[in-house]
Amino acid sequence: MIEFQQVTKRYDSDHTALRQVNFGLERGELAFLTGHSGAGKSTLLKLVMVMERPSAGEVVVGGQVLSRLPRRQVPYIRRHIGVVFQNHHLLFDRTVFDNVAMPLEVMGTPARDIGRRVRAALDKVGLLSKEKMNPMQLSGGEQQRVGIARAVVNKPPVLLADEPTGNLDPQLSADIMGLFAEFSQVGVTVLIASHDIALINELGRRTLTLDQGRLVSGGGGLHG
Amino acid sequence: MAESRNRRKDPSRGARTSRSPLKQQASSYFGHHRKVARDSARRLWQAPVASMMTWTVMGVALALPVALMLLLASLQGVSAGWESSARVTAYLAEEVTLDQAETLRQDVAKDSRVTEVELIDRDTALAEFRASSGLEDALDYLNENPLPHTLLVTPSDTSRTADGIQTLLAVIEGMDGVEQVQVDLGWLQRLNAMTELLGRAAWALALLLAAAVVLVIGNTVRLSIENRRDEILVAKLVGGTDAFVRRPFLYTGAWFGLGGGVVAWLLLQLSLWWLSGPVERLAGLYSSDFSLSGLTLDGILALIIAAVLLGWLGAWVAVKRHLDDIEPGEIAGG
Repeated sequence: MIEFQQVTKRYDSDHTALRQVNFGLERGELAFLTGHSGAGKSTLLKLVMVMERPSAGEVVVGGQVLSRLPRRQVPYIRRHIGVVFQNHHLLFDRTVFDNVAMPLEVMGTPARDIGRRVRAALDKVGLLSKEKMNPMQLSGGEQQRVGIARAVVNKPPVLLADEPTGNLDPQLSADIMGLFAEFSQVGVTVLIASHDIALINELGRRTLTLDQGRLVSGGGGLHG
Repeated sequence: MAESRNRRKDPSRGARTSRSPLKQQASSYFGHHRKVARDSARRLWQAPVASMMTWTVMGVALALPVALMLLLASLQGVSAGWESSARVTAYLAEEVTLDQAETLRQDVAKDSRVTEVELIDRDTALAEFRASSGLEDALDYLNENPLPHTLLVTPSDTSRTADGIQTLLAVIEGMDGVEQVQVDLGWLQRLNAMTELLGRAAWALALLLAAAVVLVIGNTVRLSIENRRDEILVAKLVGGTDAFVRRPFLYTGAWFGLGGGVVAWLLLQLSLWWLSGPVERLAGLYSSDFSLSGLTLDGILALIIAAVLLGWLGAWVAVKRHLDDIEPGEIAGG
């Protein structure tokens, strides 16, 4: 589902964020991406989101070679990728429902389908009763779950998470990881950037470790 | 997305199965347009003072050139009226006899550019002059009638233009026995030159103010883009196309334009109402039927459509300059 082939990302001559990264993630696989801050985790996620383009190598998502994708096609790729952020990026000028509905509105989903699918996503994260509230009224853990509902509302085949448990206590973090595990069980490829080593070890999933732009463990995958 | 495109291309599918999602897509597309239009209108209403100020600025900027053009149209109406009543007066040489004058009259009347020629002999002229000038006593001192025979020439409809009368003037002036030809076109030509100058000034003003309107709207929309930066980032992040992200701002610009156009129209009506009394009185003193004309229905429509287009254009400039720069790359930290 996600494949990196000899991917190098250089920002300028003296700063190389990723060096010849190789790995592949299958459909329904859940993996962690870890490493010190500045090791290239965010850059790797940005390459998948086509927020950045690789300096060399190929990034393939769902069979699409992203480096050759014209700029106009980028939004359509992003519709197949759900993203969860540490600071969730919710909009406080609208309700929880409207926040979660955004990916569907962007796709031009008919209004009656929007209602059904938003409620299904909110139900999944256990916030169905709070759809009419403003996200500002919610706790940190609840806000994060709204962010997750928004990321999965259009049933993307790929889900990325950038430090999704960064601000949460261990119990809430475990709940959120449980949610991600459920998504991977229904076939979603999940990649979670995190430096919460304890939590990662506890779950015992595949872990990609980056060190100064190099993938030092957990590489390989699709083609060995 | 890729899936639906393939479906449309696939010829083996029946029209019935492929039309329904297309129809659905179209209806949700227009539904979204309606929603965005309503939403951006609502945002303007929520900041009534700021919106009203923008509308007023735009209204004033639009009303000024339009007012000038309306004034010009009224002035052109005046000059057209005078041209139709213009008559050429040909004073014949003193030695021309009444018979010769009559022959000359017939010659001039043969010209196709002339509808009517009236001969006023010198005795009649003197009698008229005596009656109208109040110089009876003074005229009695004269030994003989100093006035020549006169031909009053009415040009035909087609030659009642400044140019047409000018040629006719030259032709009559070239005839034997004609001493002097006069037509009171001088002031008309001055008026024409003045209206032409004013017309150009009005267009220049209109262009400048249109540019100002585009910039004002552009700046207002730029501020609203800044205010909604987070929303734009999220929309781009979840796969919103550039068109999707631009749409609310383009509608905002169009609404500003609509409001500005309506304000401009109100300002014009108001000043017309305020000025029409004094103008009529002034025109009455000059015994002219000059009156200020307001906007016709077509004119109002054109004004408002132009205003909407200018607003849209301003928004488009701002969106092009600022929106495309906002990329979700900056959302995720290093």
